[in-house]
Amino acid sequence: MWNTMMQNNLGWKQGAKDGLPIALGYLSVSFTFGMAAAAAGLSAGEAVMISATNLTSAGQFAGLTLIQSQASLFEMALTTLVINLRYALMSLSLAQKLDPAMSRLQKAMLAFGNTDEIFAVAVSHPVVQFHYMLGLILTPMAGWVGGTFLGCAFSALLPEAVRAAFAVAIYGMFIAIVAPVARQLKSVAIVVGIAVAMSVTLHVCPLFSWISEGFSIILSTLAAAALGAWLFPVQEVHDHE
Amino acid sequence: MNNPSILIYTLVMAGVTYLLRAAPILIFQKKIENPFIQSFLFYVPYAVLAAMTFPAILTSTRCWPSAVAGLVTALTLGWRGKGLLTVALAACAAVYVVELILL
Repeated sequence: MWNTMMQNNLGWKQGAKDGLPIALGYLSVSFTFGMAAAAAGLSAGEAVMISATNLTSAGQFAGLTLIQSQASLFEMALTTLVINLRYALMSLSLAQKLDPAMSRLQKAMLAFGNTDEIFAVAVSHPVVQFHYMLGLILTPMAGWVGGTFLGCAFSALLPEAVRAAFAVAIYGMFIAIVAPVARQLKSVAIVVGIAVAMSVTLHVCPLFSWISEGFSIILSTLAAAALGAWLFPVQEVHDHE
Repeated sequence: MNNPSILIYTLVMAGVTYLLRAAPILIFQKKIENPFIQSFLFYVPYAVLAAMTFPAILTSTRCWPSAVAGLVTALTLGWRGKGLLTVALAACAAVYVVELILL
């Protein structure tokens, strides 16, 4: 026992420690999610349930806007699929680093916590051990779920006029994610411009009024990302992350 | 908004997200080398956030001038690279102040 611990010197404690900076980063984002969820009329329990089962930022925020617009379950599934498609790519990449001695059940457990940030830290090691990655998932997940609860609880204490203003929080966050990257990379700026133009056109033009909001988002995303990939192929996908 | 439907929405979201994360680990072992697919996946998050924000942000508040104030605030601070919580809260503050004056 003592010997194996020495050999996998990167045990769950080291993982949990490495996950701490991620957890702190997640706190503020999930706090915003909690406030947005409360503004959308969800209870703290419901918001925590979403955070604990999804562990993804953009996907959850998108889900929240779809819940608000009472979208169909098909739209929900398709939107989640499109937004979180990148995880499939990350999981493919992570699969090559996982300890070959790991069982399928262990791999299936770790897959749940493969977020952008956890993935980035995990694949920085030549081989990813089960216990290490378990720890690396544990602290960020605690931060994510805890922050969601705090955000929800905090907004419940506030007067109605303040809570109503939180409805814009979600979009403020989206803009905060996209704007700095669009400023840095012209290709991203153009992709964003195409997505906005198309989304607004589908929304405003009476010809397209039969397209629901959820599908308009999916169509705009697919078209803009495909055009971007065609016009500006990315050399190294990881040079951004 | 009733609870069962939020539960079902959550299950659909969580199920799709988990499948995306687990299926490649459990099924495939090879890396995606296709540059088009790699690039496409790189652009998707930005495209989807942009499409979700516009035009929805303009109708997200109780009156459109407050929405414009929130939008301009978020764009200005986001462009300068401020943190997510800072930008989100500043946008909320702008909305609150404008609605305090107009409503």
